[in-house]
Amino acid sequence: MIPAAFDYHRPTDLNSVISLLQEHGDDARVIAGGHSLIPLMKLRMAEVPHLIDLQSIDALTGIETGSKIRIGAMTTQSDIINNTSLASSAPILKEASLQIADPQIRYMGTVGGNVANGDPGNDMPGLMQCLDATYILCGPEGEREVKARDFYHAAYMTEREDDEVMVAVTFDAIKGGYAYVKQKRKIGDYATAAAAVIMSKDGSTCKEASIAMTNLSDTPIFCGAASDCLIGTSVSAEDIKNAVASMIDAIDPAEDNRGPVEFKKHAAAVVLSRAIERAWQRA
Amino acid sequence: MSKKMQIKLKVNGEDHEFAAEPRELLVHALRERLNLTGSHVGCETGHCGVCTVTLNGKSVKSCTMFVAQADGAELTTIEGMGTPDNLHVLQEAFREHHGLQCGYCTPGMIMRAAKLLEEIPNPTEEEVRFGMAGNLCRCTGYQNIVKSIMAAASELNSAKEAAQ
Repeated sequence: MIPAAFDYHRPTDLNSVISLLQEHGDDARVIAGGHSLIPLMKLRMAEVPHLIDLQSIDALTGIETGSKIRIGAMTTQSDIINNTSLASSAPILKEASLQIADPQIRYMGTVGGNVANGDPGNDMPGLMQCLDATYILCGPEGEREVKARDFYHAAYMTEREDDEVMVAVTFDAIKGGYAYVKQKRKIGDYATAAAAVIMSKDGSTCKEASIAMTNLSDTPIFCGAASDCLIGTSVSAEDIKNAVASMIDAIDPAEDNRGPVEFKKHAAAVVLSRAIERAWQRA
Repeated sequence: MSKKMQIKLKVNGEDHEFAAEPRELLVHALRERLNLTGSHVGCETGHCGVCTVTLNGKSVKSCTMFVAQADGAELTTIEGMGTPDNLHVLQEAFREHHGLQCGYCTPGMIMRAAKLLEEIPNPTEEEVRFGMAGNLCRCTGYQNIVKSIMAAASELNSAKEAAQ
């Protein structure tokens, strides 16, 4: 499987990336870890006359932790898994990253690629919506911020303009419990259904809750109404059932080789119940 | 055809320089230009792991990387691990414990296992299975592969202790 020919660029600063994107327009694409783009190029489902490799741009790397967390777009899943400070301030990132693909791919796969690609199967977009993360994009006019919950329009269609690059994701450190629960057919597969949940408690009452689902629509689904079903409750079996029912109303899965719609709804209900239970135990 | 570019790779300690189209896959450059045919081509889609090499300290699937991306990198392939007369501890353990049948997946298994044991010198069986999840074997059922890697780990650890 040999892709169509392309010119390769490896710029060392963001301005050069943006100039290349402006110069070549639709003919140019950036490549991060490449594990979504390269298979498409090999199958000739994507033809990219100008490939812009982001590996040498320092401004896209680095993890800053504290009450506000910032993760550079070129940070790999392996970097996340091995960052002890991030593992304590936002452990859901590690929990989710360990469920992405396989070890070799986690050395290459990046946060920026995962969130910017717009593939409904990617795990980070739902996670970022759960965290209410902000994406930092850089284009010809400089940087701008977009909320993860506003970023996804449809499969592979996002708020990012063609001449913009994903620079970093930022979000607040997690207070309380968390869980990322993913049902997949085998190691390396995208989710049949996955749920990201964070919850905090006040005594025995749920104070805050946030729920987002992966691969159950053509975008990740932030379930505000389902989250509200838990807030102010003692998270009883009945409360969890209400949250799950509300989530089922919000998703819109399509039949594919992972199963028919009814099965996906069933899997979604199972992963969300488990995620809520686990997050609540940890809260 | 796009312009060829000058590629520099350091493979198993040896410097190489050649002109290649950027679209050439790393595994093809290793096999066909450098004649290092130990890294195999299996599924070509990043699933099977038979093309696994170590690149700048990471286990990567060389079928899912363009040679241009690897320009300037330092690599280790199975040819850098041992020789027929002087097998690497992992190779010896795979032989001893029947960690292979047809052998097609073995170079990738050894390369990934070597990196895994570097990161987790004393793994549990579960950690071995999780850390080897990107490598498929259609012969062994994995049981003996896990056994081989566990044996190599204790061999390496006792050698380390003896050295101290």
